[in-house]
Amino acid sequence: MMPLLQAKNLGKVYEEKGIKTQALAGVSFEVNSGDFVAIMGPSGSGKSTLLHILGFLDSESSGEYRLDGKTVRDYGGDELARIRNKKMGFVFQAFNLLPRLSVLENVKLPLFYSAVPEEEWEGRVLRAIEAVGLSERKNHEAAKLSGGEKQRAAIARALVNDPQIIFADEPTGNLDSKSGGQVMEIIQRLNEEEGRTVILITHETYTAQHARRVIELWDGKIVSDNWDFKKQP
Amino acid sequence: MKFSHAVKTAIAGLASHKSRSVLTILGIVIGVAAVILVVSLGKGAQNLILGQIQGLGSKTIAVLPGREPKGPSDIAQTFSDSLKEKDLEALRRKDNVPTLEKIMPVVFGGASASYGDETYRLTILGVSGLVGEIFDLRPQTGVFLTEDDVKNRAAAVVIGAKVKDELFGESAALGERIKIKGRNFRVVGVLPKKGQVSFFNFDEMALVPYTTAQQYIFGIKYFHRFIIQPSSEEEIGRTVQDVKITLRNSHGISSPDKDDFFVETQADLAARLGTITSVLTLFLAAIAAISLLVGGVGIMNIMLVSVTERTREIGLRKAVGATNRDILNQFLLEAIILTLIGGIVGVFAGAILSFLSSLALSNFAGLNWSFTFPLSAAFAGLLVSSLVGLVFGLYPAHQASLKSPIEALRYE
Repeated sequence: MMPLLQAKNLGKVYEEKGIKTQALAGVSFEVNSGDFVAIMGPSGSGKSTLLHILGFLDSESSGEYRLDGKTVRDYGGDELARIRNKKMGFVFQAFNLLPRLSVLENVKLPLFYSAVPEEEWEGRVLRAIEAVGLSERKNHEAAKLSGGEKQRAAIARALVNDPQIIFADEPTGNLDSKSGGQVMEIIQRLNEEEGRTVILITHETYTAQHARRVIELWDGKIVSDNWDFKKQP
Repeated sequence: MKFSHAVKTAIAGLASHKSRSVLTILGIVIGVAAVILVVSLGKGAQNLILGQIQGLGSKTIAVLPGREPKGPSDIAQTFSDSLKEKDLEALRRKDNVPTLEKIMPVVFGGASASYGDETYRLTILGVSGLVGEIFDLRPQTGVFLTEDDVKNRAAAVVIGAKVKDELFGESAALGERIKIKGRNFRVVGVLPKKGQVSFFNFDEMALVPYTTAQQYIFGIKYFHRFIIQPSSEEEIGRTVQDVKITLRNSHGISSPDKDDFFVETQADLAARLGTITSVLTLFLAAIAAISLLVGGVGIMNIMLVSVTERTREIGLRKAVGATNRDILNQFLLEAIILTLIGGIVGVFAGAILSFLSSLALSNFAGLNWSFTFPLSAAFAGLLVSSLVGLVFGLYPAHQASLKSPIEALRYE
């Protein structure tokens, strides 16, 4: 079976005011459809950069990244946007909801840029909100939600286009342990029950324990790649 | 993204900053309203002037001494002495100008008139017995000047309504003697109050036989004008040609370039003044349009602020699938909606202001002013304001579309 994601010797160099920073220095790994991978590492290890490249939000400086066997360099800008919209869902540490809009309107946002027929929108939005347990708060302004609710609304937004891959960038980083736990349960369910591929970034071991595989990054390089990491109950 | 959704998104974006949006719109409203007001008033002025010219009779032809003005800014050399008695006789001959029905020589100039202790500065108009027919004037009391008065250089005067008021007040003027240039003139008629007709305000004039005016008041042997009327409007062209040929023969002129006179029809005059007012209106509208430009800069400024403020939103929209074009369209639409609303409000504001101005001009200034709403200026205002939105919104929208999603999401 062809892997869903293939990273071959990925490198990323940032240059600011003539100073070059190597964020990634030759990262290679593959992710199959349905995997739950946690990428761990201290800040500055390049884990966010890696996630951004995998999620088409940034581009690699060297090496090759293939999605569905096709190299990313072959995609045009609009095609990248279309794939982000259709195949990928993002969950950010800072939630990134539009604060003045309601939960419903926030969750609906990706549909505006999709080819999903408009009659299906409402059903999709309500199902996604239901799936994260926010139905009672769907008309609330995003700014008035608690941190955990905000992150669940963000997950609903990531789900609304029924993506194959969920990219979660420190999703519990701004949450207390209780709401963080709820959020991770939802993400785990998306993987185990719905078969979505999850790429999770975290620096907390107990968050990474939800994943089946943990990749550890250090100074832009993979230092360990452990399968069946998940603690058995 | 569908266009209707893009419009809704843009409106929602603007609605989240209401007072800022309203103030930005205000800049455009003022610009468009100013343009509409200026164009409307310009049109009104043009109608007023042209209406007064037509009041002189559409088939009237004037012969003036000097060279014909070559453009609106070319001042005619009026004070030349090329029109003489022999020209008048030549023009009167049927075989020279067969279509000529009436011809009246005119001389004019300023002078003081006095009666008892009262002195009044007025315009002397030296005319013939045809003056009543040509200018459509009837004395309110008394009689008009006659051809005999002209022949005899009679010291007779017909005075305008204002002259009568100034010199005589309530008492009767008819038969009294007023002094002009040290000479007594008998008042034979008083004109009714008529106001401004073309360039003449008969209310402030004293009409005397042209022969009298030439000899006793101005001391000249030439004329300032010939006023000619052909038998019908259809004959204007032919009459003008014949008049020119006759005068060239009389002056011994071989080529039209050397003409020392020129012929002006009412149509010429209307066209020339129309050009002057059009140019003035255009000029003023261009000045008013500068405020529209300032409004556009305001739009650009606010849109740039908005783009910076909403950097995270832009990043998020890109992350969930917005293309660069989606982002560009969103911000461009916001700018265009702002200016379009400004344009619509501005057209209404301009129309209301023009209407109020025309009311004020006709009621308080006593002008025969008609309100005209310049539909073309309204369309132009809407079009230009939308274009302003497009042009000044393009740069901020482009900046927004180029933001990298990562940089945008990281932005604090």
